Amino acid sequence: MMLSKCLFAAMSVFLAAAAIPALAQDSMPPAPYAYNQLADPEQEAKAQDLMETLRCLKCQSQSIADSDAPMAGDMRHQVRSRIAQGEEPEAIRAWLVARYGDYVSYAPTVSETTWPLFAVPLLLVLLAAIILWRRLRARS
Amino acid sequence: MIRWTLWVPLALFLLFCGVAAYQLTQPKDEFIASTMIGQPLPEFDLRAASADRPGLATRDLRDGQPRLLNVFASWCIPCIAEAPQLEALRRQGADIAAVAIRDKPEDVARFLANYGNPYSRIGADDLSELQLAIGSSGVPETFVIDGQGVIRYQHIGDIRASDVPVLLQKLAEAK
Repeated sequence: MMLSKCLFAAMSVFLAAAAIPALAQDSMPPAPYAYNQLADPEQEAKAQDLMETLRCLKCQSQSIADSDAPMAGDMRHQVRSRIAQGEEPEAIRAWLVARYGDYVSYAPTVSETTWPLFAVPLLLVLLAAIILWRRLRARS
Repeated sequence: MIRWTLWVPLALFLLFCGVAAYQLTQPKDEFIASTMIGQPLPEFDLRAASADRPGLATRDLRDGQPRLLNVFASWCIPCIAEAPQLEALRRQGADIAAVAIRDKPEDVARFLANYGNPYSRIGADDLSELQLAIGSSGVPETFVIDGQGVIRYQHIGDIRASDVPVLLQKLAEAK
């Protein structure tokens, strides 16, 4: 009981502190496609999949699909309007990566800097298999 | 005799702790730099963001004169902090074009009346389209654009007094 009260108090303080930057928001209405889905469900699904793998630049631990930052809304507008014009999701991702680097994309790619992330687990599995194989052989 | 290989897992664990501790003591860099440096500006034609300055189009930034392109907004607090430095840059001969992000003309007019207007042109970017196209991730940011409309340098965040000579230098290099 006490604990939940404490938690509630801590939460309210946190929320009050989090609300302060909201003063520095613009007064413009959100972009047309920031909160409106595309009419075609197939296109909307494509847009949604892409938006979930693009990083919000203002709130870097969220995807643009999860964020209410105005800039994330403008990015959703970009994604949806480009998809509506028939652009492929990966082309839109490439367009953003060309401007912000790999940072903007949550979809992992093998590149000069990221290859160890893919290679090390494979090596460890291989190593474990070798050790296991040698032990089993020694036992029998 | 204890086999030395017994120590390998412990050594690996300590190495991991060392790397983690080192990374935790490093200052966090939250800036996302544009990867458009050296690239030409995209084609755009923005309406005027306030009544007393013309709007901004790509052709205005391709007339042979290097310029600063300041990305700002009336609702942006650090933009107030950098206003005196932009004025100092203007006084020292920099031509400053601007883009107002998601801003209403009356808000821009009030901001300029309160904090000064060092700009020669101000375009309105209502959907952050130009901002996204040049790889800018927030306000304020200041780009150096050479006379051919190519992006030469990006300054992220508000301009401090110590940044003024750097920007003037980059502007001179863009000639």
